[in-house]
This record gives sequence, structure tokens and C-alpha cells, in this order.
Amino acid sequence: MRGIQLSLNQTQKLRLQRALEQLESLSSKANSNASVTIADTIPVNYEDGVLKGHGTSELDGEVVATMCGVVERVNKLVYVRALRARYKPEIGDIIVGRVIEVAPKRWRLEINFSQDAVLMLSSMNLPDGIQRRRTAVDELNMRSIFEENDVICAEVRGFQHDGSLHLQARSQKYGKLERGQLLTVPPYLVKRRKQHFHNLEQYGIDLILGCNGFIWVGEHIEAKDPMVEDQVNKSEQQNTKSSKNFTRLEEQEQTYTPPETRQNICRTANAVRVLSTLGFNITVEVITETVELSSSLNLDIHEMLGSEFCVLVAEREAERRRLLTKKKG
Amino acid sequence: MEYVSPEGLRLDGRRPMEMRQIRAEIGAVAKADGSAVFEMGNTKVIAAVYGPREVQNRSQQLSDQALVRCEYSMANFSTGDRMRRPKGDRRSTEISLVIRQTMEACILTHLMPRSQIDIFLQVLQADGGTRSACINAATLALADAGIPMRDLVTSCSAGYLNSTPLLDLNYVEDSAGGPDVTVGILPKLDKVTLLQMDAKLPMDIFENVMQLAMEGCKAVANYIREVLLENTKTLEYRRGV
Repeated sequence: MRGIQLSLNQTQKLRLQRALEQLESLSSKANSNASVTIADTIPVNYEDGVLKGHGTSELDGEVVATMCGVVERVNKLVYVRALRARYKPEIGDIIVGRVIEVAPKRWRLEINFSQDAVLMLSSMNLPDGIQRRRTAVDELNMRSIFEENDVICAEVRGFQHDGSLHLQARSQKYGKLERGQLLTVPPYLVKRRKQHFHNLEQYGIDLILGCNGFIWVGEHIEAKDPMVEDQVNKSEQQNTKSSKNFTRLEEQEQTYTPPETRQNICRTANAVRVLSTLGFNITVEVITETVELSSSLNLDIHEMLGSEFCVLVAEREAERRRLLTKKKG
Repeated sequence: MEYVSPEGLRLDGRRPMEMRQIRAEIGAVAKADGSAVFEMGNTKVIAAVYGPREVQNRSQQLSDQALVRCEYSMANFSTGDRMRRPKGDRRSTEISLVIRQTMEACILTHLMPRSQIDIFLQVLQADGGTRSACINAATLALADAGIPMRDLVTSCSAGYLNSTPLLDLNYVEDSAGGPDVTVGILPKLDKVTLLQMDAKLPMDIFENVMQLAMEGCKAVANYIREVLLENTKTLEYRRGV
């Protein structure tokens, strides 16, 4: 068993154990014995015909698992969903990555996949928002858009014929992420959903749950349409005679994050950390609940990583799932 | 020296066909993609797997399969007398190579082209059979990292001392100078992927010894399977729906 590395006292140990046992009993009702390990035979009904999916292979006419995970069946398809594996991209996934190299016409991104992803200069919107062919000048100015070690949010475009993974960032919501924290969790904890960008208004922060297990917690930034903004700016310039001092102050304001927001970012980040050490599914609802729990208990941000809060979150999660199953049943 | 007493007990009190106690734990290294600790009696090995990830040295990249690398090292404090161990001495390079070949045989490398898998093995306590313990730890760590494999590889050693075949030699028995047969098998496919012996043995006795080692491998495989299943179930129920 993957041990939770925390120093718990006797009562906390018991409480955690009880909460985890409760979780186990809840899930065992839902799916029984679907877990397999490497080289386990997967029982299938051969009369209906079988399509072998990921994580399976054939041996002496039997379907055998090649990974540890959970067997999933969709009509004829039988596959093994691996748990602790690296990220497996699917087209349209929203991911967060870190630039590791600026190459000719492209950026290379680390996204927790078996290869580095490629973001072509041509598959992203230029900052000025104009649609045109990328010139050599644009190529020379690539570092003004993203530099090495920048954190970027993008979408999976697909695999190129040479097997490399390409990304795209053709919207205002994608692009460089600043003033926040990047957290890495195992990708199996993040579920694919309709919405991966979240704006937690009450805290003034943005939360991006990348499908690759990279989670961004940062200050909220209004997504602006550059065309509209330009028009506004132009009209403003005509109206006001802005002095240099004024613009500098404005710039400073733009790059300044108020302490409350910083605290909220840290609090949310710690909530994600606690959830990932416990191995719970990470969704906005659970994150906000955890943040609320911590602030309702008047805990300091650093106390959130302590053993007591960890046990509390586990108990809370057990209770939440119990209620959910009750509602269903 | 007498390695098996007239009552049929070995130096550490085991029967000739008895294994040492084995213990495995998954998830020992936080930052690794997969990791495990494997103990066989006093032998203790920690394994960490990184990858599949981008190939570090572009010239080594293989366009149709993954590159598997393995590094074996012994901690300074692992043996009875503490000594500085230079990295990359003959013994550890040889063991790294052996383990790499054994693991490569079972990983489905063609599923992860243009990537690299690193296996790091560190011996924390050496009491004979480090090679076997390393292979078992590496299997667990690879399984934890979610890397597709044909089958689990498990390994165990056996020897022949005082005209008795002995299973799972410890350090004292190992240094007696008798034959030491290390076997690695794929339990489901029932195939041998590793067989090492640096001594001479008559054919009929060798067969007995090897059979014994293979029984040991199967026992290890059963245990490893239990541990992996337990780990998978834990991860699944914690995650919930």
C-alpha cells in the first residue's frame, strides 16, 4: 500500500484508517474485482467477439493484462485503465506545460508525456491578434512570447505523422500563465470534463486543471479580446493626455498581486496538495470544499499540510461519498 | 565449514528449501514515476523508475521502441565493512547490464517509441542475492509506473553446498565459493529470462538446483502479485468515482 508519509498520533491514525475503510466499503459495492495486475487473465465472453484495447495482449487465446489497473468494458472493447501511469494525450485535452526549449518555429513543452510536446509558432495566435502568415521576424521574436521555463496552457491538437505530439493555443484563454503556482499531481486524479478553466470569484483566483496532472493556481486575469481592447485604448488615448508617470503606475498595478489573493492562491494550492497525497479525485468542487473547510477552521496556510487537516479531509471525503451513494440509491 | 547441520538446518536456521522472509513496499520515492522497496531477509533494495520520458541523448533515440537504461549501485553502508565504492566498477556495470537485459525482455518497448525508461537500483543492505532482489524491486517499480509488460519478472538464487541444494543463499553461504545459480523467470509464460552461474556442476545436480530456484521465483511472483493487486485496489478506491 502506498503509505501516507505523515507523522500521525494514535487517534489520528485510527480516524484515518476508519475513513479509508469507509471509502473502501463504498467503492467495493460499485465495482467488484475489476482490478487486475500484470499477466492476470481477463475473463471475457468469446462468443460476442472481443476487441483488445490498451493494456491487454493475447496469450494462448486468452486476454491478458499488461498493466496494473482496472478493467473497463465498452461493448466489445476490453481495456485496462492504468492508474499511476504517465499522461496519455487525447485530442482536445486542455493541458498545462512548461517550456523547455525554444527551437526554430516551435517551442518544446514538458507535459508529463513519454515525449515532449511541440507548440508550433503557426498554431498559436499572435499577441496582437492579427491573422497573418508568420514571418522570419516573428520567428526571431519568439522569446518575447514564451521563454524557457514559462508555464503555458494549451490544447492537444493531435499526433503528427512522425509521431510527435502537437499542441495549439488559438484562443485568448490559452497562453502564458503568470503570478501563481504550478502543482503536479498524478494524471489519473484529474478527470476529463467540459470545463477545465475555473474562476473562483470569491478568492479572485484562476484554477486550471490540466488533463496531464499539471494544475495551475494563479491570480484571476480577465481574458481580453485584443481587438476590442485596442479600440478602447485608442479612444482613451484620444481622450486623455496620459503622462508617463501615470502609465508607470498603471503598469505596476498590473503586475502587483494583493496579499489576500496571494494567500488564497497558497491556500488553494495546499488543498490540492493534501488531496493528491491522499489520492482523492481532484475537482473544483472538492478543492473549494477543502479550502472552505480550512478557512472555517481558522487554520493557517502552513497547517493545511499537517496531519490533522489531512485526517479531517479524509473523513470529510468519506462523508461526502457516503451521501452521494445514498442519494443515488 | 559446515553449512548444513546434521539436523538439516542452515547457518541462519532455515531449512535447505526455505526462503528468507520477503517484504515489498510500493511508492518509496515521491518524485519517481514508479518506485519500490524489496527485502529478502537482510538484503534490502530500493528501486526507482523514471519514464517513459523524452530521450536525453538524441543520438540514442530509437524510432521504433523505447530505450531502457539501468543503473545499479551499492550504498557505502550496505556491507559489513564500510567502504567507498567508485561508480561504475566492473561488478556493478555487469549487474546493471544483466538487469537491463532482463527487464528489457519483458517491457513492451514497441508501445513507447522515441522514449526512454530509466531504472535506478540502490542496494541499502547487502546480504547475498542482491541481483535477485534488484530484479524483483525493478519489476515492482515498473508495474507501479504503469509501464506495459509481457509478464512480471521474478528472480531467486539457489546454491549447492555440503551436497545439498540450498534456496536463496545469504552472504555467508554465497561467499563459501560454491555454485550460485541466479534464475529469472516469467511466471505466466513459464520462460527463463536470466540464468547465471559462475561454477561447474554436474548436469543432474544442476537441474535440481535450477528447479529449486524456479520454485523460489514462483513463490516471489505470488507475493509480488498480491502486493500489486492490493496497491491497485487502494489507489482505485481512494480515487472514487
